[in-house]
Amino acid sequence: MKQITAVVKPFKLDDVKAALEVLGVQGLTVSEVQGFGRQRGHTEVYRGAEYTVDFVPKVRVDVVVADGDADKLVQAIVEAARTGKIGDGKVWVTPVESIVRVRTGERDADAL
Amino acid sequence: MDGYYAWMLVATAFVLVMTVPALALFYGGMTRSRSVLNMMMMSFVAFAVVGISFVLWGWSEGWGGDGVGNYNGKLIANPFDHFGLHDISWGNYIYVLFQLTFAAITAALISGAIADRVKLSSWLVFLPVWVTLCYYPIAHNVWAGGWLSKHFVALDYAGGTVVHINAGIAGLVLAIIIGPRVGFKRDPMKPHNLTLTMLGAGLLWFGWFGFNVGSIVFTPDALSAPGKFSSQFYGETGVTFMNTTVATMAAMLGWLAMERVLHGKATSLGAASGIVAGLVAITPSCGSVNLVGALAIGALAGIACAWAVGLKYKFGLDDSLDVVGVHLVGGIVGTLMIGFVGTVTSPQGVDGLFPVGGNGIFYGGNGTLLGHQAMAVLFTLVWSGVLTTIIGLAIKYTIGWRIDPDAEVDGIDSDQHGETAYDFGGHGGGSLSGSGASLGAAAVATSVSTSKEGALA
Repeated sequence: MKQITAVVKPFKLDDVKAALEVLGVQGLTVSEVQGFGRQRGHTEVYRGAEYTVDFVPKVRVDVVVADGDADKLVQAIVEAARTGKIGDGKVWVTPVESIVRVRTGERDADAL
Repeated sequence: MDGYYAWMLVATAFVLVMTVPALALFYGGMTRSRSVLNMMMMSFVAFAVVGISFVLWGWSEGWGGDGVGNYNGKLIANPFDHFGLHDISWGNYIYVLFQLTFAAITAALISGAIADRVKLSSWLVFLPVWVTLCYYPIAHNVWAGGWLSKHFVALDYAGGTVVHINAGIAGLVLAIIIGPRVGFKRDPMKPHNLTLTMLGAGLLWFGWFGFNVGSIVFTPDALSAPGKFSSQFYGETGVTFMNTTVATMAAMLGWLAMERVLHGKATSLGAASGIVAGLVAITPSCGSVNLVGALAIGALAGIACAWAVGLKYKFGLDDSLDVVGVHLVGGIVGTLMIGFVGTVTSPQGVDGLFPVGGNGIFYGGNGTLLGHQAMAVLFTLVWSGVLTTIIGLAIKYTIGWRIDPDAEVDGIDSDQHGETAYDFGGHGGGSLSGSGASLGAAAVATSVSTSKEGALA
């Protein structure tokens, strides 16, 4: 099993969710996060005082999938989240050792 | 007369709204989220403390009589003559209350210069001492027939000197004595909620109509006949309301234009600040200028204050919320501009309140008016500057001003009040402990259900 983590622009969340649903993903976790990449932050001016805001808001989507599905799902996320402008985010994949569904105690592939 | 009396009841409540909650909101939004409650509390307690001192000895010390002043020509009146409003008739109470609200907001204004770092107890000690030594005497000199008004007839309709320059110079002095916040110029200290600030600025504008328009004083001539009374009341309130409106609009646009030029963007904080700068500048001048003069004063105040608020970083002065840049600078602009655009065709001119020499310089006057206005500014700066320094140092070397530096970093709200302003986290509301257990039998049911809720969350 693989965990796919995508950090994307907040207004792209709905597109990403829709793309994953089309490919049969049945659940995912979303969190609001902050950070910076090559986009860096931006500046704000309050009464003449300039502040550099380093961390920009992003949305993080986590979804755990079967090994064989990972590549096409990553591709779907990338296509859904892309605007072509700097700051579109990143998607990465990590291996997952085991999963348990809390309600039934089912494990691994059955728990996906 | 009945209409005037009804208006003063309302105007007094308007001015209360300026402090509680308008100024508290305006300032509170500009602080960091961990200091907003303390910032708002500084305004709230100022109203209570100053208000009580006002009815005990403030009225007696400042106005000193059963009317609009005692005209004794001295620097102060006797604080004990009318202690606790002794011998003041009920019919004069609403005027006493109207003036009370002015004293309260003036003291509250100072809090913006020393945000996030002052012990509540020290602020509570400072408030009654400061109004006793600085506010009541200056009010007496400018408004109630004290020394200054005997020697230099100056025009200050609603408090450019008494309120704004007074609070502005006091804020400057205290910001120097108390020193900057931990991390000033290093850590980000940007406003945490500008919607509160804009709401506060709007409410200030609303309340300011009571402040300026309620400051009408009738001439002996008007008091002699009902017809003359009505004609002064209708005419003068129309002009002061109009001037207060247009100057504020011009100041908002002036501030936005200035920051667009200086920093590239017109900001919401700039709009809110411009409103206040305009209101400050038209405060002394709303009864002594015409429409064009009011527009000029507003625009100039917006531009000047937008530029002035940037200076504190050059001087390393942590006047946290720009009491100096807005109230001191705006107050001086408004008070001195009367010397240029004041006109005897204005209400105060018609009332015969201008000094000999008449008009402002732009309307053919000879400069006497400007000279007297400058004297009033200087008098306020020196008096309040010197005495605030003494009070500030006395507190610094006795009970101390500052909270613990660690507590300041953690947030003054939890240190001084044991509260936090916002609880947005969805997790772990905590459980009722300590005081909850001691609420007694009657409260048990509530107590249990509350802790259950906390546990579920």
